[in-house]
This record gives sequence, structure tokens and C-alpha cells, in this order.
Amino acid sequence: MVKSVLGVSHQGLTDWLVQRVSALVMAVYSTSLIIYLLTHPGLEFTDWHTLFSHAWMKIASILFITCLLFHAWVGIWTVFTDYIKNFVLGLILQTLVFLGLVSCFFWALQILWGV
Amino acid sequence: MRFSIYRYNPETDSKPYMQNFDVDVKEHSCNMVLDALVVIKNIGDDSLTFRRSCREGVCGSDGMNINGKNALACVTHISSLKEPIIIRPLPGLPVVRDLVVDMTQFYQQFEKVKPYLQNTDPEPAKERLQSPEDRAKLDGLYECILCACCSTSCPSFWWNPDKFVGPAGLLQAYRFIADSRDTAKESRLADLVDPFSLFRCRGIMNCVDVCPKGLNPTKAINHIKELMLKDSV
Repeated sequence: MVKSVLGVSHQGLTDWLVQRVSALVMAVYSTSLIIYLLTHPGLEFTDWHTLFSHAWMKIASILFITCLLFHAWVGIWTVFTDYIKNFVLGLILQTLVFLGLVSCFFWALQILWGV
Repeated sequence: MRFSIYRYNPETDSKPYMQNFDVDVKEHSCNMVLDALVVIKNIGDDSLTFRRSCREGVCGSDGMNINGKNALACVTHISSLKEPIIIRPLPGLPVVRDLVVDMTQFYQQFEKVKPYLQNTDPEPAKERLQSPEDRAKLDGLYECILCACCSTSCPSFWWNPDKFVGPAGLLQAYRFIADSRDTAKESRLADLVDPFSLFRCRGIMNCVDVCPKGLNPTKAINHIKELMLKDSV
């Protein structure tokens, strides 16, 4: 079974910590972005483009996306292990979600790289 | 007053059903739900099966689901409930008959946390003493009567009764982790570090909502998580 992407020995404490730290990072990033949007009314494409062309913004965005994906993985793994008792179905769904999340990561990298 | 009670006798019934009973609670001076159940058993249907013992909220035998909420029938006032009073067995555990559930899984989880004092230090001449301050740390933990109201109201326990210790067991785990006389704190924490035993608690807090003794298992669970974190860094 795809137990975890977080380590060989899937530890509850690690997952719990990852979920909390990632939530914190996401909260800071989202709040900052909302404040930016509120303080810049009538935002043009060029402003948006300039914002995301800064190296620090790219790093922050990659960090945010990584946190989002880890957070989602821990959450979905928990939900799957709660509700899906069939081993094969669980394995298939976990693999699909895992591949989906990894794809999202590379897709996000490609988008940020393209700016 | 109308009582709608879950009935199921696996020897004769193909599936469970609800049966209505009307009880004159004033005439039979019923204050608590248990009083009414006893009246129903005595004059209504003597095959109605439920557990009861002390009838004062100490033994924890008569945990059941009353109007959708787990409670002890002996300390639940009829006057606090809306009619009809719907009584079902504790959710999530196999039903033996009517309101009696098989508590094996609940006890197995309780046993997992080694709910007894472990101390490898040489035995003192008389007894292991504890300061009043250390003793006070056990308040709100030792009072649990194992009625299973909390664990059977917990969705995490419903989905994983074989892997998640549940609020009652975890409250006891912390009761011994917090005990100054216990020397097995590290191994107790290590036993709970997997993703299910402790961390399947998602802070739903149904346990706190239903505990007839007013205890707070979620708080104890969070204390265990904090200690685990401190121990690992």
C-alpha cells in the first residue's frame, strides 16, 4: 500500500506535524496574497506578471504548492484509510491521487518557470 | 410518555426494529430514563434487554444512545428529553441483543494502553509517595468509568475500532503518562506513534460532548501529542 511520501516508516507524528506546519505556511502565503490584492485595486496583467517574475515570489509559490500537496496527501490518505476497506481499491485510489498530486507539482513548476 | 426502543434478538429477528412503549412516568415516578426502562421491562415486555447495575452513574453499565446522543440512562433526566424518546444501543459496536452491545473491541483498545502503573525502580519500604501537586495532575483523568459513551460516539473509532485506541483508552493512556510514579512514559508514547492508535483523533470532540463524568479526552489526547513532539525534538 502506498503508505506515505513522508518517510519509510509512516509515523503518525510526522504526518500530524507536516499537516500543521504546511497549514501555517499556506495561511501566511494566502493572507499575504489577499492583502496584496486588496491593496492593489485595478490590477493589470503586467503587475501580476512582474509580481510572479521575482525569484522570491517563485520560491514562496513553490513552497506554498509543496505544502498544499503534502497537506492534501495526508488528508486524503486519512480519509481513504477511514472509508475504503477494500485493499485493492484503496491501493488504486491512493496511487491515482499520489500520481495526480505529483503531476500537479510539476505542472505548477512549469507555470512558474514560464513567467 | 412515548419511548421508541431498538429491539433485536438475533435468535428470532431477521433484522432490528423499533418498538413503541407508552409509560405514565408520573404514575410510576420515573425521573431518569433507566426508571422508565425498568418499568417497561416489568410491566410492558420482560424480554427487553439492557445492562444496568448501580443506577447512579458510577458503574457505567447503562450507556446507550438516547435521542441521538450517547448517555447513561440512569443519570439522564426524562424531563430534559423531547418526546418520543428514542433509545438505541451504543453505535458502532455489534449488538448482542436489544440495548446490549458487545464491548470486546472497546476493552481490547483499553488493554492496549497498559492501564496500570509500571515502575522499574526498587520498591520502597512502604509505598510510592506522590506530592499533592503531582496527584492533582491526575484529576480529570482517573474518574473514567469505562461506559464507552465517548468511544462509541467517535467517528474515528467507528471506522477503525481495531486500530484507533479511542478517547476512553487514550484518556487512560495519558492518566499513566502523567503519573509521577510511572516510569514507562517513553515506551507508552512509543506505542502510540503510529498513524492510527493516537493520531486518528481529528479533534471532533464528540467524546467531550457526551462524557457523563464531564471529562475531556480531547485535551488528554492533545497533551499526549505535545509530549510526543517534545520527546522527538
